[in-house]
Amino acid sequence: MTRRKPIATGSDWNFEVLAEYEREIARLADEYRLDTYPNQIELITSEQMMDAYASVGMPVGYHHWSFGKQFLAVEQAYRRGQMGLAYELVINSDPCIAYLMEENTLMMQVLVMAHACYGHNSFFKGNYLFQAWTDASSIIDYLVFARKYIAECEERHGVTAVEQLLDACHALQNYGVDRYKRPSPISAEEEAQRQSEREAYLQAQVNTLWSTIPQLKEGERTAEILDEDDPLGLHRSGRYPPEPQENLLYFIEKNAPLLAPWQREVVRIVRKLAQYFYPQRQTQVMNEGWATFWHYTLMHRLYDEGLVDEGLMLEFLQSHTAVVNQPGFDSPYFNGINPYALGFAMFTDIKRICEAPTEEDRAWFPEIAGSDWLDTLHFAMHNFKDESFIQQFLSPKVIRDLKLFTIVDDDQDEMLTVSAIHDDRGYHRIREALSTQYALSVREPNIQVYSANIRGDRSLTLHHVQDRRRPLAKSVYPVIRHLHQLWGFPVKMESIDSGEVVRRYQWPLPDDQRQGT
Amino acid sequence: MSYFIDRRPNAKHKSAVNRQRFLDRYRTHIKRSVEEAVNRRSITDMERGEKVSIPARDISEPVFQHGQGGKRSIVSPGNKEFTEGDRLRRPGGGGGGGGGNGEGASNQGEGMDEFAFSLTREEFLDFVFDGLELPHLERKQLKDLEEVRPVRAGISRDGVPSRINIVRSMREAHARRIAMRAPIRRALREAQEALEAEERKDPVLRNPSRIAELKAEVERLEKRLEAVPFIDTYDLRYNNLSNQPLPSNKAVMFCIMDVSGSMTQSHKDIAKRFFLLLYLFLERNYEKVELVFVRHHTAAKEVDEEEFFYSRETGGTIVSSALTLVDEIITDRYPPGQWNLYVAQASDGDNWDDDSTTCRQLLIDSLMPRLQYYTYVEITPHAHQALWEEYETVADRFPSRFAMRQIVEGGDIYPVFRELFRRRAEA
Repeated sequence: MTRRKPIATGSDWNFEVLAEYEREIARLADEYRLDTYPNQIELITSEQMMDAYASVGMPVGYHHWSFGKQFLAVEQAYRRGQMGLAYELVINSDPCIAYLMEENTLMMQVLVMAHACYGHNSFFKGNYLFQAWTDASSIIDYLVFARKYIAECEERHGVTAVEQLLDACHALQNYGVDRYKRPSPISAEEEAQRQSEREAYLQAQVNTLWSTIPQLKEGERTAEILDEDDPLGLHRSGRYPPEPQENLLYFIEKNAPLLAPWQREVVRIVRKLAQYFYPQRQTQVMNEGWATFWHYTLMHRLYDEGLVDEGLMLEFLQSHTAVVNQPGFDSPYFNGINPYALGFAMFTDIKRICEAPTEEDRAWFPEIAGSDWLDTLHFAMHNFKDESFIQQFLSPKVIRDLKLFTIVDDDQDEMLTVSAIHDDRGYHRIREALSTQYALSVREPNIQVYSANIRGDRSLTLHHVQDRRRPLAKSVYPVIRHLHQLWGFPVKMESIDSGEVVRRYQWPLPDDQRQGT
Repeated sequence: MSYFIDRRPNAKHKSAVNRQRFLDRYRTHIKRSVEEAVNRRSITDMERGEKVSIPARDISEPVFQHGQGGKRSIVSPGNKEFTEGDRLRRPGGGGGGGGGNGEGASNQGEGMDEFAFSLTREEFLDFVFDGLELPHLERKQLKDLEEVRPVRAGISRDGVPSRINIVRSMREAHARRIAMRAPIRRALREAQEALEAEERKDPVLRNPSRIAELKAEVERLEKRLEAVPFIDTYDLRYNNLSNQPLPSNKAVMFCIMDVSGSMTQSHKDIAKRFFLLLYLFLERNYEKVELVFVRHHTAAKEVDEEEFFYSRETGGTIVSSALTLVDEIITDRYPPGQWNLYVAQASDGDNWDDDSTTCRQLLIDSLMPRLQYYTYVEITPHAHQALWEEYETVADRFPSRFAMRQIVEGGDIYPVFRELFRRRAEA
């Protein structure tokens, strides 16, 4: 291969140099079939970066104190030097917005372009979860709509009222997603158009549900056999909702008896945004691993062609090593499994299995051992989320390299037990356990709306189905208090283990308990 | 496919609104921290922000989470010595099991960590002024860093007509005329030389059309030469002005406080805010402010700030001892011609009965003629005594320079300064 002259040397950059590197990276990325949205690369200052961080990656956000808290935390950490800001911030939108900070050296800018503009960007466009759950082309418009709508609400109903409503919605936003149904795409224009229409319709729907006199159909009345316990037939029409509902915010939006139309709309906004972030919460390892794998590969290609010099490459390797560093569980720097490290190790290992499979690999991965690595990598990226990705692709070699082990913590046992380590007997179990560790359904408590007492005291009952006897944390009280605010009537929660109610929570507290606090 | 946008010139502080919302929401917490900071810090040290900590559970955003207990398996990296089946003690004293949920129906989230962040200088002062119920106009005056005055700073291309620098403008115009005319002159010279050469030729060989052409060219060039303007807008130069902090005079502030046994620490804390406000005011108005702390019981003594606010004394009270000492210090060290003199006095109103008349005499005869402003606060919820009555006669004599007020809490302090701030606003 003919080595060309480096495009630039040293650590200073300018727009011409960046544009030229971007062109080269794009050319190489194309060779690897990385299909991306157009890139919109924005140069910003460190202060603007802090702003962007604080708004959890939404380029346009509505106002809320929690973002201010986030900002103060970021600012404090940055000032004290506990945190570097530089790495990346990229937004799943079309065009894909990526931020470069002006303080970055040339190396960092090139690295971030490879990582964010081609790594993350292609992941956003290709992964099935993002395709199903988010609509990259309309998110910015929707955010603008949401911001405007909430600002109007603040004007009309006061900042405090909106703030309290948002507090309550935020507490439930992880339960604002239909996990098994593909949502309809959101469009700001339509939202705005249909919104007033919807307000009226929603209210009508709620009114029907809560009309105090149950209206039975003519024919039913005579056909019914009167029940001794229920002579008036008040409990005859069954439970509402007929099926448990996992999307708490959706249920609130449609059924909460006392919410005003604008409040329902705000609930809807929080729900829609939660849905937008839903895939990101499930693909952390894959997303970061994929982006890290590609920045590593692309940077080496640039070096092979002579487009970057040794100095830049050394700086890059130092930075890359820091990013994929995985401290052991007993290290003072240990902070859980580093998704960059795990993801990078797994993608790199898939490539190795394809190119140079060992006997072990052939036994474990008969389908991919010796196959075309690029095809396999793309297949993995397109069709999995963290949970299934680990289940499918975590190889014994990665387990050995990271020296993974499983500990079982059972409250009925005095001691902890090491249940599996990186040996032949442990590989499968570790893979299983790690995959479970990344399953949202296991990470978050399983909570559903069980019934709304529409004929009686209007109380709302939730069911928490315990997983391996794990109880809810204390935060359950503030959360059901928020839920109570939205619902307007008592909220009850029952923790259920193997079909039995093991614990009940309630807000407002029953009178006898209230005395005690 | 890709494009770059330079967002750096865009507005910063996109999070300013959210930040303010956060500060508003946790006003009471922050206020407490600020109060503590005011008590801890020196009066001269109000010019920086403050680190504030709020218990993390107070500001947590609760979500449904798994609590302690039940059965779980955890995968971790970096195994060195474990083998399958090893039994380990629970870290952190055990007891991790068991339904860790509070029976007492705690309505707070988990986590006892502190959430720490910094207030900027402006935000800090705002919280300080909040307790003092300072009107907004005054707040702004105290927060604005410095007064400025325009001074000459070289020459610029833009400005108002009244600031035109004629010499520099003419020089620029001259240079421009030379530069613009040179190529025309050169062409003209060449044309004229060609014309002369043509005309010198033998009449038979002359080319009349060529001559006409050259003549026209010479004429055209001469016109162009004339068209070069004598002075143009590009030539104009203006005297540039830049804003420089206004150097002003020196001031000295006397803090007088009664430290007899009847003054408790909370009295002193209120007094501190009173002194603080005067100090902030003086600091804005004078380039150099010196502080003199005089405390007294039956005898007065000049002390440093630490001792002033935090040492305790017992005994009776003779206010005139302090006034006499101030009078002496002024005579010795701060001649009124060179210094602006301010006195702030805080007391609980106790004094030896016949001493109060002495105080009045001292003030009227000796002190007031030399002072810019005298402020007196009486920190007591009780009825006034002789000192207050005597001071009232002083206030009648010098209504615009003598202010007094009874205060019970921080919000009462500001009116003492109302006159002072008002005069400042008019100036």
